[in-house]
Amino acid sequence: MKPAEPLVTSDYTEPGVSGMVRDWGADKQAFDMPWGKLMMWIFLLSDTFIFSIFLTGYMNVRLSATDTWPPASEIFALTVGGVYLPLLLIAIMTFILITSSGTMAMAVNYAYRGDRRRTVILMIATAVLGASFVGLQAFEWSKLIHDGVRPWGNPWGAAQFGSTFFMITGFHGLHVSAGVIYLAIIARKVARGDYEKKGYAIVEITGLYWHFVDLVWVFIFAFFYLW
Amino acid sequence: MQHTAIADQIEEDLHDPHSFVTRYIWSQDHKVIAIQYSITAVFVGLVALVLSGLMRLQLGFPDTFDFIDPSAYLQFVTMHGMIMVIYLLTALLLGGFGNYLIPLMVGARDMVFPYLNMLSFWTYLLSVIVLLASFFVPGGPTGAGWTLYPPQAILQGTPGYDWGIILMLASLAIFIVAFTMGGLNYVTTVLQARTHGLTLMRMPLTIWGIFTATVLGLLAFPALLVSAIMMMLDKVIGTSFFMPALVSLGESLDYTGGSPILFQHLFWFFGHPEVYIVALPAFGMVSDVIATHARKNIFGYRMMVWAIVAIGGLSFVVWAHHMYVSGMHPAFGFFFATTTLIIAVPTALKVYNWVLTLWRGNIHLTVPMLFAIGFIFTFTHGGLTGLFLGNVTIDLPLSDTYFVVAHFHMVMGVSPIMVLFAAIYHWFPLVSGKQLHVGLGKAHFWFTFLGTYAIYLPMHYLGFLGVPRRYFAMGGTDFIPESAQALNASITLAALIVGLSQLIFIYNVIRTLRKGEPAGHNPWGATSLEWQTPDVPPRHGNWGPELPVVHRWAYDFSVPGAERDFIPQNEPEGKGAEG
Ligand code: HEM
Ligand SMILES: [Cu+2]
Repeated sequence: MKPAEPLVTSDYTEPGVSGMVRDWGADKQAFDMPWGKLMMWIFLLSDTFIFSIFLTGYMNVRLSATDTWPPASEIFALTVGGVYLPLLLIAIMTFILITSSGTMAMAVNYAYRGDRRRTVILMIATAVLGASFVGLQAFEWSKLIHDGVRPWGNPWGAAQFGSTFFMITGFHGLHVSAGVIYLAIIARKVARGDYEKKGYAIVEITGLYWHFVDLVWVFIFAFFYLW
Repeated sequence: MQHTAIADQIEEDLHDPHSFVTRYIWSQDHKVIAIQYSITAVFVGLVALVLSGLMRLQLGFPDTFDFIDPSAYLQFVTMHGMIMVIYLLTALLLGGFGNYLIPLMVGARDMVFPYLNMLSFWTYLLSVIVLLASFFVPGGPTGAGWTLYPPQAILQGTPGYDWGIILMLASLAIFIVAFTMGGLNYVTTVLQARTHGLTLMRMPLTIWGIFTATVLGLLAFPALLVSAIMMMLDKVIGTSFFMPALVSLGESLDYTGGSPILFQHLFWFFGHPEVYIVALPAFGMVSDVIATHARKNIFGYRMMVWAIVAIGGLSFVVWAHHMYVSGMHPAFGFFFATTTLIIAVPTALKVYNWVLTLWRGNIHLTVPMLFAIGFIFTFTHGGLTGLFLGNVTIDLPLSDTYFVVAHFHMVMGVSPIMVLFAAIYHWFPLVSGKQLHVGLGKAHFWFTFLGTYAIYLPMHYLGFLGVPRRYFAMGGTDFIPESAQALNASITLAALIVGLSQLIFIYNVIRTLRKGEPAGHNPWGATSLEWQTPDVPPRHGNWGPELPVVHRWAYDFSVPGAERDFIPQNEPEGKGAEG
């Protein structure tokens, strides 16, 4: 792979669709990014379809369910020290996940600056935040199960409430757990200096995945807890 | 190209494998993986072929074969359909040909992530094993039909409603994981790892077809994955995603309030693009075969590319034409009929362009060319009946009859198979270094081509008579005349002959591998890069020390003033002719 002058140049100046097509069709990589990063983007596009279809399915069964839909905000409420706090737990979880996106973004920044130590620390911090999210989710699940919510039924109404809830948050939780493991592996490799030669795009790639998982959570949050 | 940082990774990974195991079993070489994929796919394909023979025996000669009872028949239908569509065609076209041709045709040393590519094959193999395991579990494989419609798919009364369906859903999920690992590789390789000078608009149509089909797969399989997960939960832990409240065998079940129609939407949101996942690679490969063997540039290259992309896009908005009988709102029927007819436009364009490429070409009636021309016939034929079925009013009486069976076999069964054979005969000299026997090849072609017409033409007529699809026997259906049975018997004879004639092909392959003539370098005089490797068959790393540099498109055939009637893509400007 030796860099050379392109044989067919692109015409960046040409406006409109044909300019765009020309540019894309020019003699170069279609996207100006490392292979792994593009692959992650494409994977995330595919994964977006998975989550969109999950959520579309959820909307569909919710609208077509024959029983009444259980009162979500009451079921998800927590009573702490006698005070009734709707959405408290979920607010904390969301806050944790969004914070972890922040630490991840900083890790990427330090990685490109070549500051391995800070990168590793921030990646571990991200992983720990992610793990605590999963922990809180486990807590939430056990509370709901304690209250009688099951995938096949619940005391308040449509059985699909529990089915969609456990399925979709479970699928998302698996994504977060996978992300925690992924972060841990990459952090270890960064610490060992494996990427000194190849460059630190990998940290950004991990970050893409992590931000995606966070973004998906925002949609799940909106559809399950606020609707 | 920039980003050699990551690009370098691959050169590291490409260290020559030395032992037999790393070279042929845990191989990361795209060519070996392609062959592993192909052999596995052909093997399950043969299972599906045998199943179709058994079904035909029952239909042609009812009450003759004791071991085929109604349940077994349904199980054969289901496994036949699912294997053919997913485990044979999708795997062979993308995992087999995609793997072999993409790196060679774009001038790369391998896929961008060879290790992932290897995992893709092994995961695929696992999905095949899980699928075949369902033949050996209590109750046997599922008999729900390849569409797996709930509620019946998971209820007592349907064969394999217990283990069979669980294994089927698991196998599909595993297949999707395998496909995703491979597919990410194919797409990234095409986008990022093209060699110097190979712009997108210089890529052979084969690559365009495979690339677009892979993108479709990455966006359509999610729907199947999600529906498989939901149905699995319905089956195993008793959720009610797809299951309404119902009474089965006099007992009311625990399900409440689910939506079976939701499954149909999800399934066909995957199912229709799946048709094009199978068709687009075939479109691409047949274009290259036709151009090469007619010694003429493909007619309307740009139009062909845009047609592929347009078909790919449109294929996501036509799915409900499979659901006209589900009781949907007429306005939706109108919408989906319209989109369906619109998608016929780019498709028809492609057919015209193939015919126009042949027009006044220097046609060599080689075996690949025969199969390619056969494809134009079968595809046109299946496409025309598709126009009928795309219209709501015509579909309603024909839905779930043999007219539909005939239609989809012509358009997505036989046609891709024709191209697959064309492609095998065309690329075999590259893969093995040996030329398949021509006489045997021609015999194979005529048996297959005429035989498929003998099978499927009469089926259209059976459909008009109202013979229903997926029926074990036609007891008590007075409106169907006796004579339909004679027709069914003749179809069965034709099917058995076609099935047996595939042995000619298998014999040809084995014979050629053992003592075939060496094919030499580029025997067809093709222009695209895969034929320009220093060694035939190409070695590990494909290109020797230097990657090829591309100077022209892939269709410089019979250029006036050139010394030869083709100019390879890597021949510099000025050397051959003004290209
Ligand atoms: C010699 C070749 C073939 C023969 C004789 C054959 C025969 C049959 C028969 C008899 C049926 C069942 C019809 C019914 O009872 O409803 C069937 C169904 C089907 N076939 Fe084939 N077939 C062949 C090749 C293929 C190929 C190459 C494909 C690939 C797409 C394919 C895809 C299907 C599908 C999707 C079904 C529907 C299964 C279902 O109803 O669930 N077949 N075939
Ligand atoms: Cu369709």
